[in-house]
Amino acid sequence: MIPRHQKLLFGILLLASLVMGVTLWQLRERAHKRLIAGQDSAPTRAPEVAPAEQATLLVANDSDSSMRTQIHSLPLPADPGSRARAVLGKLLDLYAAPDAAHPVPGGGSSVLQVFLLPVPESAASAAASVKPKSGDSSSAEFRANTTGAAPREQPQTGPQLAVVNLTGSFAASHPSGIEAETLTVLSICGTLHANQPRITQVRFLVDGQTRATLAGHADLTRTYLAGDAVPAEGTQP
Amino acid sequence: MPARLEIRTFLHAFDRVFLVRLLFWALLSCVAAAQPAPPAPQARFVVVLDAAHGGDDAGGRLANNQLEKSFTLALSVRLRSLLGARGIQVVTTRESDVGVEPEKRAEIANHAQAQACLSLHASENGLGVYLFASSLSPALHPSDKDLSLGTPVQPTRFAAWKTAQTAWVTRSLALEGVLHSALQHAGMSVTLGRTSLPVVDSMSCPAVAVEIAPEMGPDKKVAAGLDDLDYQARVAEALAAALVEWRSEAHQP
Ligand SMILES: [Zn+2]
Repeated sequence: MIPRHQKLLFGILLLASLVMGVTLWQLRERAHKRLIAGQDSAPTRAPEVAPAEQATLLVANDSDSSMRTQIHSLPLPADPGSRARAVLGKLLDLYAAPDAAHPVPGGGSSVLQVFLLPVPESAASAAASVKPKSGDSSSAEFRANTTGAAPREQPQTGPQLAVVNLTGSFAASHPSGIEAETLTVLSICGTLHANQPRITQVRFLVDGQTRATLAGHADLTRTYLAGDAVPAEGTQP
Repeated sequence: MPARLEIRTFLHAFDRVFLVRLLFWALLSCVAAAQPAPPAPQARFVVVLDAAHGGDDAGGRLANNQLEKSFTLALSVRLRSLLGARGIQVVTTRESDVGVEPEKRAEIANHAQAQACLSLHASENGLGVYLFASSLSPALHPSDKDLSLGTPVQPTRFAAWKTAQTAWVTRSLALEGVLHSALQHAGMSVTLGRTSLPVVDSMSCPAVAVEIAPEMGPDKKVAAGLDDLDYQARVAEALAAALVEWRSEAHQP
């Protein structure tokens, strides 16, 4: 004869395992739904959908060491990081063109990413606005903006630091020289600031790593003040 | 009662001794602080020549398969003898085809306590001579203070060493001006700029990076290539003349 308390214990354990089974099933379903939703928002189509807008480029000219403002119309994604990347891509496309005034091989694909971070001093807005360019968060933001919803959690003011990640092949094929490298760096900084005035500081990475110089000269380990970029290099007063 | 009086007089005496010692010590430290300044001899004038690149770092490729590292070394050697002939003491960062780290170059320059430091470069890009002072700024608005003064930003790869030039930018711009007029006087086209070059940014002396490109003719086309010996000689002469001028300015009261 099985004692009564053992029967009771058996019953409780059976019930508990049933409840756990149901819970696990529900969790699995929920995860599955989330996965499907995530696939929907994969960022593959976003840049093509982006409407054409006007972008201001600061285009370097080797012949007189100047930087001239040029307005170009190009598709610009809503996400600020992707937008900055698209604008820099256009700038480097101009430099890669056969008749470029500041010839640099590589073109638009030389900009891997542009990360936008709040400038360290304004710690108030620290956590929210770290925006990796690729992945769910940027595509979610893209959707939010195109459907007219207010962009969420992003502080809309305050200076930003742009981290520009360039390809190793761009750096390797960049013409070596103080003048040539400085013009590239300054035109990138100036272009970022001209399109997104909140970008006040710029840092550079090459293939995700810090690198001493662009092509033997311009220091890539320091932070550049983007607002300074424009008048610094022989621009007409 | 007399015991208390004794203590008071003792304390007074102690105070007086202490005060005298304090005065003596202050005097000594004043003398010590003042000491490094006076011996700086009026006639001492040192120029540092930094022939950029070298060793594995060939620098840019110039016409006729010439390498930037060879061009800068040749210019450094030529300029050293021109300056030596004018009684100017020269310290160089390299005398042969060896790689010297930027930190080491700056260390050599900073140790020399020079009145002028020139970092010599050459490039096929552009025309004429380019003069660059450091883009480190001695005076920006306060919100930019951290960056302009080079104190650590956030991910602190910055050390004060890397921005030693900050304190010298004003003097460097003055030196750039003197080089500018001497080169122009020699009939060369000169472009002035600011840049961020690790070697120059780490130097604690009036420092200018000189980048020599092919000579520009009146038609804005190349009049002489970098391999033109006459052009090389004229650039070196003009730089030497500028440094002589800089010395005479430095020695004016
Ligand atoms: Zn060089």
